[in-house]
Amino acid sequence: MSTIEIPYVSKPRPDTGLVNAKLGIWLFLASEVMLFGGLFSAYVLLRIGAEIWPEGVSILNVPLATLNTVVLISSSITMVMAWASLVRRDINKYRFYNYITIACGLIFLVVKYFEYSAKLHHGLFPSESTFLAIYFTLTGLHVLHVIGGMLVLAYLQFIGSKMWNTDPARFTGRVECAGLFWHLVDLVWIFLFPTLYLM
Amino acid sequence: MAENLEELDQHIRACIAIFVALLCLTVITVAVSYLNLPVPATITLALCVALVKGSLVVSYFMHLVSEKKLILWSLSLTVIFFIILMVLPVVTDLDVISHTITVKH
Repeated sequence: MSTIEIPYVSKPRPDTGLVNAKLGIWLFLASEVMLFGGLFSAYVLLRIGAEIWPEGVSILNVPLATLNTVVLISSSITMVMAWASLVRRDINKYRFYNYITIACGLIFLVVKYFEYSAKLHHGLFPSESTFLAIYFTLTGLHVLHVIGGMLVLAYLQFIGSKMWNTDPARFTGRVECAGLFWHLVDLVWIFLFPTLYLM
Repeated sequence: MAENLEELDQHIRACIAIFVALLCLTVITVAVSYLNLPVPATITLALCVALVKGSLVVSYFMHLVSEKKLILWSLSLTVIFFIILMVLPVVTDLDVISHTITVKH
């Protein structure tokens, strides 16, 4: 039985100048921007329509959210370093930086857990107000993306990294695509943070 | 994406500088929110800083500055539709008749 090789997984397509995965991940990220865009649009509509709108700082924990912003920005730079280590063909350094990225994701989730539990403990449920409803929807969807990103990074840390021995160029491409998704998660938080907490 | 190791080193140095800039901008955003400025000024400042931070992440961490044109064109469509999404709710608030229409027979 003959095997069919999937084309353009590590060599760029002549017409697009890109490997297929790269174009694919960017189109996926574009759809993600529209998904969050729809919810941001809902936020604007709700805020314009509301007679009174609470200041985020009066309900939410700004210091914890600032800490989470720093954690996510730090995870973005370690993600860049992880990819760069693979380009330099240093798998051990890649594993080190990837571990830190996953750890940052975990810290983000733990901080978010404390934030959520404090809200729920004080009876601040999504049904309490329009502000809390959109707050839980937007941050909840973002948390799901953090979890999704962490699962992909964990796969590339353990089982997926076996590909490094057989096809390093393809594995580096995979890490780059996972990195692009992780940066999007950071990007969304950069806009969520001032929108919900500071305005 | 970096073509050679020297280019990669330059990219990494740029990313570290961007990382420091992002941390500084985060501090500025939070500090501004404690100044108790009027709401429109707070919103404008917070969104401007977020836009700068977002542009830095997209341009350097996601290396869009050196990306192929096909991706840039695809993303420009996304930007257009995103702006439409943001403007739509604002437009719904503008449906107030502010002038008198005179009908002549």
